[in-house]
Amino acid sequence: MVDRVAIVGIAQTKFAPKRADVSYGEMAYEVIEAVLRQTGLKMDKDIDNSISCSHDIWDGQTISDIGITDVIGGHLRNEEKMALDGSTAVYYGTIGILSGEFECTLLMAHTKMSQTNRNIVNNDAFDPIYTRLLGFDYTSAAALQARRYMYKYGVTPEQIARVVVKNLANAKKNPVAHQSGDFTVADVLSSPLVASPIRKLDIAPDTDGAVAMILASEKRARQIKKNPVWIKGIGTCYDAYYLGDRDLAGVFALEKAAAQAYRMAGIKNPRRQIDVAEVGDDFSYQELLWMEGLGLCDRGAAGRMVESGATEIKGKLPVNPSGGLLGGVPINVYGLNRVAEAALQVMGQAGDHQVSKDVKVAVAQGHSGFCGQHQCVVVLGKE
Amino acid sequence: MKRNVAIVGGGQTYHAARRHDVDQVEMVNEAVRRALDDAGMTIDEIDTVFLGNMEFFEGVHMTDCWLVHGTGAYGKPGLKITTGGTVGATTVCVGAHHIASGLFDKALCIGFEKQEEGDTGAILSGVAHPLWGRSLAGAAVGYFATMGSSYMATWGATEEHSAMVAVKARQNARKNPYAHLKLDITIEDALNSRMLSYPIRMLDMCPASNGACAMVLADEKTAKKRCKKPVWIRAMDTAHNEQFELDWRFVDTKRPIFSKVCAARMYKKLGVKKPAEYFDVFEVYEPATWAELIWYEDLGLCGPGEGFRLVEKGMTNIDGPIPVNPSGGVLSTNCIGASAMLRVWEAALQIRGDAGGHQVPKDVRRALTTGYGGTNWTVMTALSKTLDD
Repeated sequence: MVDRVAIVGIAQTKFAPKRADVSYGEMAYEVIEAVLRQTGLKMDKDIDNSISCSHDIWDGQTISDIGITDVIGGHLRNEEKMALDGSTAVYYGTIGILSGEFECTLLMAHTKMSQTNRNIVNNDAFDPIYTRLLGFDYTSAAALQARRYMYKYGVTPEQIARVVVKNLANAKKNPVAHQSGDFTVADVLSSPLVASPIRKLDIAPDTDGAVAMILASEKRARQIKKNPVWIKGIGTCYDAYYLGDRDLAGVFALEKAAAQAYRMAGIKNPRRQIDVAEVGDDFSYQELLWMEGLGLCDRGAAGRMVESGATEIKGKLPVNPSGGLLGGVPINVYGLNRVAEAALQVMGQAGDHQVSKDVKVAVAQGHSGFCGQHQCVVVLGKE
Repeated sequence: MKRNVAIVGGGQTYHAARRHDVDQVEMVNEAVRRALDDAGMTIDEIDTVFLGNMEFFEGVHMTDCWLVHGTGAYGKPGLKITTGGTVGATTVCVGAHHIASGLFDKALCIGFEKQEEGDTGAILSGVAHPLWGRSLAGAAVGYFATMGSSYMATWGATEEHSAMVAVKARQNARKNPYAHLKLDITIEDALNSRMLSYPIRMLDMCPASNGACAMVLADEKTAKKRCKKPVWIRAMDTAHNEQFELDWRFVDTKRPIFSKVCAARMYKKLGVKKPAEYFDVFEVYEPATWAELIWYEDLGLCGPGEGFRLVEKGMTNIDGPIPVNPSGGVLSTNCIGASAMLRVWEAALQIRGDAGGHQVPKDVRRALTTGYGGTNWTVMTALSKTLDD
C-alpha cells in the first residue's frame, strides 16, 4: 500500500445474553459515543464516512441501517451498510480511505441475537428450492463440516474440546465477555449434544452487543493518535455455496483471502511473522480449521498445536487470547470484534488478556455464511 | 478519488412482473453475462464482485452467498451491500472506491430484485420503526400519497400533472425494449386508473418488477485499452434523512433535506452553476409521479413549486431541453435492488449513444443520476463522456 490506513479508536459494549434495556440503535449509540469520546473526534467535523454491518433479518427491520442513521452520523451524510460479517467493515473502510474519497471513517457493527431465533434466521440463508426444506441451520451445517474435518485429518474430539477450555479460560480475563470459566475437556465433552459432534459449549452463545471503530488516513491518524495500529493487509474471498460443492475440510476461500492480505502486508511466513491471531471460532472446531487456512500451521496440525499449548495466552502463537467468540460476541459483530481484539493486542492495551510476548503483527479473521463461505482477513501491525 | 474510474460495460435483464422461467441465480446471471459481453471480458478477468440486494424482499438471508455461481463471485473478493432503494447506486460507489484505491482494476457491480418471491407492500411497511412507525405504515403508496397531497395543496398542481408524468414514463418505456411497463396510455387512462390512496392511482405508482442490472467498472488504463466508449464517473455523493425527520414530504420545507443537500455537494464538487444546462440528461429514481416533479425542484432544474410547469411544457420529454428518464424510469421498471443502478447504466448508455429507441436526440456529454430509498435517502452519480467534460 502506498498510503496507509490506521485504527485510531475502538469501543465495545459489554456483551450480554440479552439487552432488554436498549434498542439496537441505542446500543449502537453507546459504542459510537464512547469511541468519539475516546478519540476526541467530532462527528460533524471529523468523521466523513460511516459504514455499518448488520442484517435486516437479524434486526427485524427492512433496510435496518434506518435504525442507526441518526447515531452513526448518517443524517444528511454518507453511510453504507455491508450485509456481511463485521470484519468487512474494516475491509471496505480501508478501501474507502485508500480511494482518496475519505479521511476518517466510523465503523460499527451491532446485533441483538436475543430479538430473534438463530435457527430460523440461519435457515433463511439456505436456498428456498433445494436445501432450506431440509431444515438446515448453521449449527447442523457446521456439524457436517466438523465431521469431515475430523475424518480427513484425524482431529479428535478431545483436541477440539481443548479449544473451548482455552478460550473460556481466556474469556475470564476479558471484561466484555459474558461466558467464561474453568472447564475441563471432560466438561466440554459431557455438555449437551446439539448436532453431533457439536455440543453446547462448542457454540458461540447468543449475545447482544455492538462494536465501533474509527479508521483514518495516515495524515489524520498521526494527528489523532500517537501510536495507531496500521492496517497492513486486507483480503476477502467467496467459496462455493452448496455444501456438496465444497470439500468442507478445505479452506479454499480463506487461503485466497489470506494470500491477498499477506501479499499486501509483505508476510511470507505467517508462522514466524504473526505474533497473535483472533479468528472466528463460531464453533470450536473452526478455530483449528481457520488456523490452518491462515497458514499458522500445516493442514491437519492445528489439533496437535492446541494440545501442545502453543496457542494459549502465554504460548508461542496465542490464538483468541480474548476468549474468542465462545466468550460471547453477537453474530455480524464477530469480525469487527476480532479486528478490535487484535488491534488491542498490537497496542498493548488488551489488559488482563494481553499476551505476554511482544506483538508486532496480528491477524484477524471473520467469515459470513454457513461453514465460512465468505472469508475476510485483516493483518494489523505497528509502524 | 485517487484514480479515475470508468464504466466499461453493462447489461440488464428484460424486466417483468413474472419470471417463472428463472430462479434468482439464473436471473442475475443473465445481467452478468450481458455486462461481460458488453465489456468484452470474461469472468476470469474480473478482480472483484459486489452485489446489492435487499434480503427481506425475497426472504433469503445472505443472497450474495447463494448467488455466487450466478454473479461469478466464486473464488473472488467481494461484498454485499444493503442500503434500500439506493443500493444499486451504492454498489456502484463501492465498486468505484475499490478501483480508485488502486488495489483492483476491474470490478463487477450487480443489483437485483425478484419481487414476485416476496410481498413488497408488507416488506416496505417493515421499513418503519417497530415501536413508533410500523402500525402507521402504509408502505410506499401511503408515503407518496402524503407527498402528492402536500404538493397539490402547496403549489396548486393538479392530478393532471401527475398523469402527465405517468404518461411520459410509459411512453418512453415503449421505446426501451428492457422496460417492464411499456404502456400506450393517455392522460385520461392515468386519471381513470384505480385509486390506491388519494391522490395516488395505479398508474401514478411504479410496478413491482423482477430484474437485474450489472456493470463493469475499470481504472483509466484498462478503460482506455479495452473500451471504445468508456463513460467516466466524475462524482458520487450520498445523503440520508434520519427516520424521525417526519416531514413526510412537507414540500416547501425550509429545513435541509437529503436531496437538496446531496445535489448541492455534487454541484460544488463539479463546479456546476446551472444544472439544467450543465447536464444533458437526467435519470432520477421516481417511485411515484410526484417524486419526479420534486426531483426537478430539488435538483435545481427549476424553482420551488415549478416542477409541474416543466412537465406541463414538455421540457423534460425525451426530445425536450432537459430530458428526464428517457428510459421510462422507475415508474416503468422497479426491481428495487437494481433500480438505482439502472439509472446509472441508462445514463451511461445515453452518453455512449447506445440507448437505441430511447436515445435522446442531442449530443450527450454529461449526465446526472439519483437513487431514492430508505427514509428519504439518495445516492447521486455524475457521469461524463470524456475526462475533459
